[in-house]
Amino acid sequence: MSADIRLLQGNEACAEGAIYAGCDFFGGYPITPSTEVAEEMARLLPRHGGKFIQMEDEIAGIATMLGAGAAGAKAMTATSGPGFSLMMELLGYGCMAEIPAVIVNVQRAGPSTGLPTKGAQADMMQARWGTHGDHPAIALCPSSVAESFSLTVKSFNLAERFRMPVQLMLDEFIGHLREKVTIPAPGELEVYTHPRPSVAPGEYRHFGDGTSVGGAYAAMGTGYRFNITGLTHDPMGFPTGRTDEIRWKMDRLRAKTDDHLPELVDVEREFLDDAEVVLFAYGGGARTAQEAVRLARARGIKAGLLRPRIVWPFPDQTVADALAKAKAMLVVELNQGQLIGEVRRVNQGGTKVVPVLRYDGEIITPDELMTAVEANR
Amino acid sequence: MITMHPSFEMLRPGKKFPTVWCPGCGHGIVQGAIIRAVQKLGIPRDQMVMVSGIGCSSRMPVYVDFNSLHTAHGRAIAFATGVKLHNPKLHVIVITGDGDALAIGGNHFIHAARRNVELTVILLNNNIYGMTGGQYSPTTPIGKRASTAPYGTAERDFDPCALAVAAGAVFAARGTVFGVVELEKMIQQALAKRGFALVEALSPCPTLYGRLNREGNAVKMIQWQKENTINAKAAAKLPPEKTAGKIITGVFHDAEVTPYTEVYQGIIDKAQGQKQ
Ligand SMILES: Cc1ncc(C[n+]2csc(CCOP(=O)(O)OP(=O)(O)O)c2C)c(N)n1
Ligand code: SF4
Repeated sequence: MSADIRLLQGNEACAEGAIYAGCDFFGGYPITPSTEVAEEMARLLPRHGGKFIQMEDEIAGIATMLGAGAAGAKAMTATSGPGFSLMMELLGYGCMAEIPAVIVNVQRAGPSTGLPTKGAQADMMQARWGTHGDHPAIALCPSSVAESFSLTVKSFNLAERFRMPVQLMLDEFIGHLREKVTIPAPGELEVYTHPRPSVAPGEYRHFGDGTSVGGAYAAMGTGYRFNITGLTHDPMGFPTGRTDEIRWKMDRLRAKTDDHLPELVDVEREFLDDAEVVLFAYGGGARTAQEAVRLARARGIKAGLLRPRIVWPFPDQTVADALAKAKAMLVVELNQGQLIGEVRRVNQGGTKVVPVLRYDGEIITPDELMTAVEANR
Repeated sequence: MITMHPSFEMLRPGKKFPTVWCPGCGHGIVQGAIIRAVQKLGIPRDQMVMVSGIGCSSRMPVYVDFNSLHTAHGRAIAFATGVKLHNPKLHVIVITGDGDALAIGGNHFIHAARRNVELTVILLNNNIYGMTGGQYSPTTPIGKRASTAPYGTAERDFDPCALAVAAGAVFAARGTVFGVVELEKMIQQALAKRGFALVEALSPCPTLYGRLNREGNAVKMIQWQKENTINAKAAAKLPPEKTAGKIITGVFHDAEVTPYTEVYQGIIDKAQGQKQ
């Protein structure tokens, strides 16, 4: 069989990745620059027997996605800044109710309507802390069209395994970038689907021990009747006011990411072994950072790239290790400085942490980065 | 000999009881009517999904032994749309309050009716926000008191049935907890409909609405329902002066329209037919 090579936009590749991962439900509301994800899902899902619905707003989009997810679907929604803000309450619901789903945010510049057609990475902290209450977060950032595909597949896998909404934080630069991609053959990329319970219905506990990460949980209509609520609940899913049960639930949520950090580290390292100047970059911003590192090396500067593909949970140890060896870490972001706070938090030694930011709707250029590299070599 | 209450098999055992509802609250009477309607239709519990928003009324799903999904304020219908579209074999009941369905959730309410998603929406209308302590809702009659309307409200109220019909619902009915036998029949009819079906159940809140408006205890409020409601059929035969100021109950609308998930199946068939 010849390889399936296509010229795709990041947004289109995201939709193709979702289908590859077995996504069978999409609910959303159109918004630039994410709309192509919805348009592609509207075309592809019914062909695969799945369901697409354009809801009346983004709150309804995430709500219907979570409803489908609770019923047993591999469900998804896609949006951008203003819609992402509308979704925040229910992002927390999805965490509390432990419903697997994928939320795509193709980031544009804000606040408010901001720059609807221009890119940014301005919602990175919102992905972590946007919904109220303590909760775990998993978020991924693709830097290429091929990664838009593969990280969408990975987002679904993580959602199914960690049983919570996973956020795919694209940005307009990658969402609208066109590149050649080879669509993986079926079976080439891992597709994880959570197991269904095998115990007798009477013994089933929807939030019982062992059902949190990698466990089995039931779909509706399969003989296991269960309760789901956004109220803090016991292992059966029933509301509780008991302090021991509240603690159990909150610790269970925290443990999802805290107890599984090694498998949630996904970082690309380029020339890090002897790097004195490390560029920390992700998503669209990492594309020019890659180029800048090559330019720097050609000039004899020991530069390297640290590029997290999973940004939440933040790869503390990996960043700390790189900081320990480097003279300076340049934090490249298409915002006014968001993940740099995390880098500073993990910086134990005297490594210089330098922001290299752009937030005028344009992507940072290799030249701009080179100026910063030269100044900090 | 002790015999088990016929509704008992549909209730969840253990620490869920007693309910959060105040003594005399109408919501429990509506729950009883729903359980009996499901039993009479013989729908297997495994196929039943009860979805709710937030409010006193929306606490119901915890008590019944169905698949149950207690969601966020106003969003029950949007969640339920996802459940139904993903698995059209499931019977989906939405439990919602007047604030939940018509204020914060008003947009979802009209759009689900327009799409004709197969949902049985039971709107427990107590003309007040119960859970948060008695603020006025979109169905609080003008002039009536609420904690946020100490001098009476300045707003006109919604007619939920008329709103649903205007938006495209295939079934709309209004019943009372006083007329619980009739209410149960309406719920049965609604459950049997294929499409967006609304049953508005007038369910008194003696603790807040009753107290704030000096309408007396639960018994007096139910008595009020008896005296101030008229069935639509009876009302049609009476001169207007006899029905003035009364609340009309009954089935207002019952139509046949191809339901949403069936139309969508047609789209799947079309998309798959076009696949090369
Ligand atoms: C987003 C959000 N806003 C406000 C609230 C607070 N709140 C909870 S229930 C409720 C009103 C409930 O009234 P209704 O839907 O009429 O149900 P009832 O309690 O009267 O049965 C409100 C305002 C909330 N839970 N979530
Ligand atoms: S406050 Fe009103 S609506 Fe809520 S449980 Fe009490 S009587 Fe019922």
